[in-house]
Amino acid sequence: MKAPQFSPYFENNLKGRQRLGGVWMNIIRAMTLMSVLFLAVLLLTVINQTFGYVIIETELSPEEIIGENRTFSDFNKLELIAILQENISKGRFSTLEREKSMRERSRDEVSDLIYLEVLQPKIVETWKLWDSITHADEIRQEHATNYPKAMLIFKSWLSSDFIRSAQSSKPTEAGVRTALLGSIWSILVTIVVAFPLGVGAATYLEEYAIDNRLNRIIQTNINNLAGVPSIIYGMLGLAIFVRALSALTSGQIFGDSLTTSDNGRTLLSAGLTLALLVLPIIIINTQEAIRAVPDSLRQASYGLGATKLQTIWHHVLPNALPGILTGTILAISRAIGETAPLVVVGAATYITFDPKGLFSKFTTLPIQIYQWSSRPQVEFQHLAGAAILVLLTLLLTLNRIAILLRNRFKN
Amino acid sequence: MCAAFSILITFGIIYEIGKEALLFFGSPEVNIREFLFGTRWQPQAADFGILPLLNATLTTTLFAMIVALPLGLGVAIYLSEYATKRIRNLLKPVLEILAGIPTVVYGFFALTFMTPLLRSIFGTDVVNIYNTASAGLVMGILILPLVASMCEDALSAVPYNLREASYGLGATKIETALKIVVPAAISGLASAVILALSRAVGETMIVAMAAGAGAKLTFNPFESAETMTGHIVRISGGDLSYDSIDYNSLFAIAITLFFLTLLLNIASQKIVKKFRRRYE
Repeated sequence: MKAPQFSPYFENNLKGRQRLGGVWMNIIRAMTLMSVLFLAVLLLTVINQTFGYVIIETELSPEEIIGENRTFSDFNKLELIAILQENISKGRFSTLEREKSMRERSRDEVSDLIYLEVLQPKIVETWKLWDSITHADEIRQEHATNYPKAMLIFKSWLSSDFIRSAQSSKPTEAGVRTALLGSIWSILVTIVVAFPLGVGAATYLEEYAIDNRLNRIIQTNINNLAGVPSIIYGMLGLAIFVRALSALTSGQIFGDSLTTSDNGRTLLSAGLTLALLVLPIIIINTQEAIRAVPDSLRQASYGLGATKLQTIWHHVLPNALPGILTGTILAISRAIGETAPLVVVGAATYITFDPKGLFSKFTTLPIQIYQWSSRPQVEFQHLAGAAILVLLTLLLTLNRIAILLRNRFKN
Repeated sequence: MCAAFSILITFGIIYEIGKEALLFFGSPEVNIREFLFGTRWQPQAADFGILPLLNATLTTTLFAMIVALPLGLGVAIYLSEYATKRIRNLLKPVLEILAGIPTVVYGFFALTFMTPLLRSIFGTDVVNIYNTASAGLVMGILILPLVASMCEDALSAVPYNLREASYGLGATKIETALKIVVPAAISGLASAVILALSRAVGETMIVAMAAGAGAKLTFNPFESAETMTGHIVRISGGDLSYDSIDYNSLFAIAITLFFLTLLLNIASQKIVKKFRRRYE
């Protein structure tokens, strides 16, 4: 028996080739590690902006109002109201009274009011989390030398107040409630419109459509629509919903009196635009879910004498439901994060009041983030960071639900 | 009925946007040659040349590709050839999260991380606060998961006996991956690249936030320049009167963008169909 003959080229290079293989493997590993790092750096950047030291200067110091050696916790609610009344103008007090009467406000709320209205805090300097940790001593020193009267606190920009309060031009008071409500409203419209349409279209394509030219064109068309940039949908929404159908989207034909103007830049337009955007995604996901329903189920149903509609309604769709819901949730999380089309449709980004219905002007969470981060003042960068954390939490929760549904589906 | 609705959307896009775009091309200040080859975009001076916007779009796209293609392919090769099942189960969610983060967050990231980083490396006098390089690089990170997952699908579709044949002939693991598996999956990889291109061209928020305002024809990636999508967002976000030439010009840009991405998407599907090798 002859020993296997390798070419000399093979023998000479074997070590080199193996070394090369090792080098390449490390390169590829490094690349993969880098992608994971990107995610980490991205999240850290956001967190870095959200927490950190701030120096807050107040118009009056607390001692000037309540005397030295006393704190606000020494007072009861009535005394606090008296302090408030003493230190602000009559007009302002009655405005506050009208917003929510003093009797209904809790003690803490009144003391918050004193803080905001009388002391009038102003942020003079902020630091990011990383600097706050590494340069804490220098920050304290700067505080002592430059702003001896001001307070230095470690502030979390993300707080329950941040979620509860409305948009404001003052960074200390601004919150995301308006934007959060706007997001929820527009998503509701999107679901109501896109879900039945999407499931209907998918059912038709999978169960009824015969394989002819027209249906093939529809299928290709849907796949292409999923790849159209979102801003194009924004332009479409602007042309159709905001302008052509402005009588409908502004609520004029319903005689809606809530609208401040007759233009169609409303929540309804936003929701409809987003519905167009996610429709292809819902259709494609629903199709996959319907395709996964075994044919034997349909045949059993037919065998028992069910009509086609009964088969689809009672057997195919219920079985495909977890898949359909998963796809819908993914589509919703896409819609929640979408910014560009809504900027085009909504235009106005500075909204301080809550949406009152389908026909009110709106802002959404991503638009708020966009607006804050394009402001030059650093305080708003911190606010944007906090708003991003709210948005990401919302999205992760949705994703979590989708994964749970998918796992249940698999079992 | 419902399915016909999708056709309606497509026609709606072409009709509505086309109509406004036609109004634009029909107006006396504009001609198509100037639109396609003009080097200045200044609506105030009635200059409507799309080249500066297109150029900025291509610059950011180029940077995005420089980041996304090699990294995406690398991750895909790692996932399909090297990773154990446990690592794959860890990595895939990371990519999914990366893909699910809204683009406005990436824009924030570009502004607060990438731009300061570039400025500290190359100097603040070289790199503008708003620049196309930063926007492009971050866009690359955004597209990376898309490229990685599409490439991984393509690589995993290559049958295992091809790899075994290669090992049997004495090839090392990396030789098998790069010289056997990658060429066998080339159609899937190519379509991933084209889809990534289309995604990058249509990407809006990152460039609107980080690339700067004002159309400018520049080849310096550290200068600010406005892309097609960025221009649409900035102009339509302001006070805009309907039926003005500014308003109509946005639709001209939009329809250019629409056909550009449509062409890329169709090309991607055609490539997959035509060059897909069937292994039986």
